Amino acid sequence: MNESVRTAPTEVTRPKYVGEKVQRLEDPRLLTGAGRYVADIKLERMVHLAFVRSDQSHARILGIDADDARAMTGVIAVLTAEDFTNIADLTAPSRMKNYHATHCPILARDVVRYVGEPVAVVVARDRYLAEDAAALIVVDYEGIEAASDPVAALKPEAVQLHDNVPGNLVFERSFATGDAPGEIDAAPHSVRGTFRLRRKSPLAIENRAYVAEYDRGRDALTLHGSTQIPGVVRDELARLLDMPGNRIRVTAPDVGGGFGGKGSLYPEEVIVTALARRLERPVKYVSDRLEDLTSTSQGFDEVVEATLAFDDEGRFLALQADIIGDIGAYSIIPWTAALEPVQVASFLPGPYRTPAYLGRVRGVCTPKPPTGPYRGVGRPMAVFAMERLVDMAAAKLGLDPAESRRRNLVRPQDFPFRIGSGIRWDHSGFMECLEKAVEVVDLDGFRDRQAKAREQGRWLGIGIGTYAELTGIGSRIAVAPGMPINTGAETASVRIDATGAVTATFATASHGQSLETTLAQIVAEELGVRPGDVTVVQGDTAVTAHGTGTYASRSAVIGGGAAIVTTRVLVKKVKRVAARLFDVDPDSIQTGDGDIFVPGTNHRIGFGELARAVYSDMTTLPMEARETLEAQESYDPFLGTTTAATHIAEVEIDPETLAIRLTRFLVAEDCGRMINPMVVDGQVHGGVVQGIGVALMEELHFDEAGQLLSASLADYLIPTSAEVPMLEVHHLETELPDNPGGFRGMGEGGTIGAPAAIANAVADAIAHLGIGINNLPITPSKLHALIAETQKTE
Amino acid sequence: MIDITLTVNGEEMTGRAESRMLASDFLRDVLGLTGTHVGCEHGVCGACTIRLNGTTARSCLLFAAQLEGAEIVTVEGLGSPRKMHSIQEAFRRHHALQCGFCTPGFLMTVAEILETETLETDAEIREALSGNLCRCTGYEHIVRAVRDLVNERDGVAA
Repeated sequence: MNESVRTAPTEVTRPKYVGEKVQRLEDPRLLTGAGRYVADIKLERMVHLAFVRSDQSHARILGIDADDARAMTGVIAVLTAEDFTNIADLTAPSRMKNYHATHCPILARDVVRYVGEPVAVVVARDRYLAEDAAALIVVDYEGIEAASDPVAALKPEAVQLHDNVPGNLVFERSFATGDAPGEIDAAPHSVRGTFRLRRKSPLAIENRAYVAEYDRGRDALTLHGSTQIPGVVRDELARLLDMPGNRIRVTAPDVGGGFGGKGSLYPEEVIVTALARRLERPVKYVSDRLEDLTSTSQGFDEVVEATLAFDDEGRFLALQADIIGDIGAYSIIPWTAALEPVQVASFLPGPYRTPAYLGRVRGVCTPKPPTGPYRGVGRPMAVFAMERLVDMAAAKLGLDPAESRRRNLVRPQDFPFRIGSGIRWDHSGFMECLEKAVEVVDLDGFRDRQAKAREQGRWLGIGIGTYAELTGIGSRIAVAPGMPINTGAETASVRIDATGAVTATFATASHGQSLETTLAQIVAEELGVRPGDVTVVQGDTAVTAHGTGTYASRSAVIGGGAAIVTTRVLVKKVKRVAARLFDVDPDSIQTGDGDIFVPGTNHRIGFGELARAVYSDMTTLPMEARETLEAQESYDPFLGTTTAATHIAEVEIDPETLAIRLTRFLVAEDCGRMINPMVVDGQVHGGVVQGIGVALMEELHFDEAGQLLSASLADYLIPTSAEVPMLEVHHLETELPDNPGGFRGMGEGGTIGAPAAIANAVADAIAHLGIGINNLPITPSKLHALIAETQKTE
Repeated sequence: MIDITLTVNGEEMTGRAESRMLASDFLRDVLGLTGTHVGCEHGVCGACTIRLNGTTARSCLLFAAQLEGAEIVTVEGLGSPRKMHSIQEAFRRHHALQCGFCTPGFLMTVAEILETETLETDAEIREALSGNLCRCTGYEHIVRAVRDLVNERDGVAA
């Protein structure tokens, strides 16, 4: 199967760290309570914020009475929109045609547009007092009707949420290759469905938190934020507060999970920072879980109506889709509301050779919290819809679902392959992952067990989810269409200091991705030291000129690429300097395990000795040979690289209670060369379990008025260890992608494939009832309703 | 304001708190032990789990005043970065943590269940851990770390 497997692109003679299960360097502090998360930061004279948030989904603010709050002992200030007139509204511009940027004031001005929108802020001596005071503030609202349902919001009679967004249509876009409608009409067969993923919360266990400190003497601000994108936040704050970037520093210290929810700019970040300067003292805000569930960006909320046409052999001919994305009240900053729904349309054709495609996508604003990036972005929905269609098509022809995929997947000889939306897949193990997963799961054996179980009245099901995704995308492709910021490059700087110690600096920001270890592994291998010798500095805008952060499965590919190209430049310097010391040819020098040496000779020194010769001991080297042991290079992959996987789920449904139990889950994936297999497994596991949540549990349930009904962890359920089966992961390394490390991004894939595989497994388990699964999550009560509905129609 | 005297990680401490202050805030803000994390403040996520007189408890569901005279163990009482406890070592060996935010709560739960539960099967381990939420790891590596610790405890070769 792996004929095309080849060894790593770089020949190294020194000990290898890339590809090894290196224990994490960040672990000792995180395991012992010695980490430093934002909520742990305590500063002298620090004051605390509590927000008054809207309890109305769409209403005019008639008045705000904060007199009692202001009179409370310990309350320092109460502020509303009129106190921030010097700060512009937050907007997400885009060059995309037919796009209307929304205007989001940092505190609601005149109108509120979702339950949870900040309306006023209390500054007090401590958090308890701040919350007491916030509870005393009375906001007088006059309700305005609005359609909470995205389809209703598009109707001509719907109330407009923003004056500048006609018909609530924030954007509209189409992708077309060939004549899909014509092909569908002419095709011998087609299947059609309306698919829906319900809104999710990224739900990091650490709620969003911010601390800003102000240096009066220098008129300089530092924001410590639980953010994935310190660079973007810094750039936006500089613009909004009209200060140069060298006087605004944003750090992301230890961050307790992100998953996309900490990957956008939030009004609270601007408020905390602005208030630190206004009050000339440290300001702290730590949100609570209710605030997280109502004001952190939400994910996956689309309706996809799609048709797939195919011939008698089950070969796909055409795909057509109409997609409506519920973007919530505001277009998220900086990504824009197009981020999620447009990716549904652009990834819908998936890893298949479907010649004709027509995908139309509309983004609709509704009075709900803004949607933003959430692990998988667009692709979980796209893959769910497409993989259901693939199974439905297979069923129509009586084909095995694996065989149906085999006949349509892009084959090894087809790469690079351009799908109907314009995405170009580079070589990745599409077919290999499918074959591996099918082989491991023993499909035939399962069918026997399934038939026997069925005789005993037990419902077993198996489902496949096959997908491809684009990761580590370079500057040629914007993360979201027309977005004015570049996310395609990373700059690394690696230096050897006067003691011989190595520090590597990046603009990435880790919130669980293990970058302190994996980037150190790369630098260590390239430089010839041990991973533990390398300190990785990231998540701090003071140490990099430009950079955005960690999201979109980019950091291993782009950050790792920058680590390689930079360290290679540094190694050349090290060898040039050592060559002068040893009086040998630089090419004869090798490095490894902290030593610099010429094999077969007694020329051998440590990095400390080299550093002393360059920086401190002015007698061993002539001046022109004392090169600064430091390098800085950028890496931009220009395009992206393709990651592929097949997920297979087995479920058992209890016919009496309709409880759905996941009994097996396996992943066969191709993420290129692995930096740390343990870390890769961890990312896959975590992603899959979020996908399990998507499929079986998680739903932000809003009523017709836009009130969130699942606003606690007792109502918004995420998987616990008890609902999750053992997870099997099989790694395939087919032809390596064309980037310095041969890496493919893999931080999100788990969440992309799992919902589809589980939906197909549930559909398979209840195939005898003639019910399809088109809505996720599917829960026992929803399954009951589906069955009752079918029986009623019968 | 009340004075609360208690033993934390073997050390006697005294701190002042308002009667309404939560135990989690008291540990973090008054005693400066920020290893105990707060994730939901309604007793679901388990990030704030501590041991109160030997038994796990959610510090966000307790008032500081309830800690008067108590023996408390927090994550800081297990081991230090340079000399970790065997549970912490097992978590590191198995990559049973990613962002680390839920980890202190898991460690306290694991410390207890290793003393009180037989944990013969992985299903029992999963059940015993199900009161702590983790959003990063998918639990797989946590279960493997606990399996390793159980085998070590029971003298079973892995």
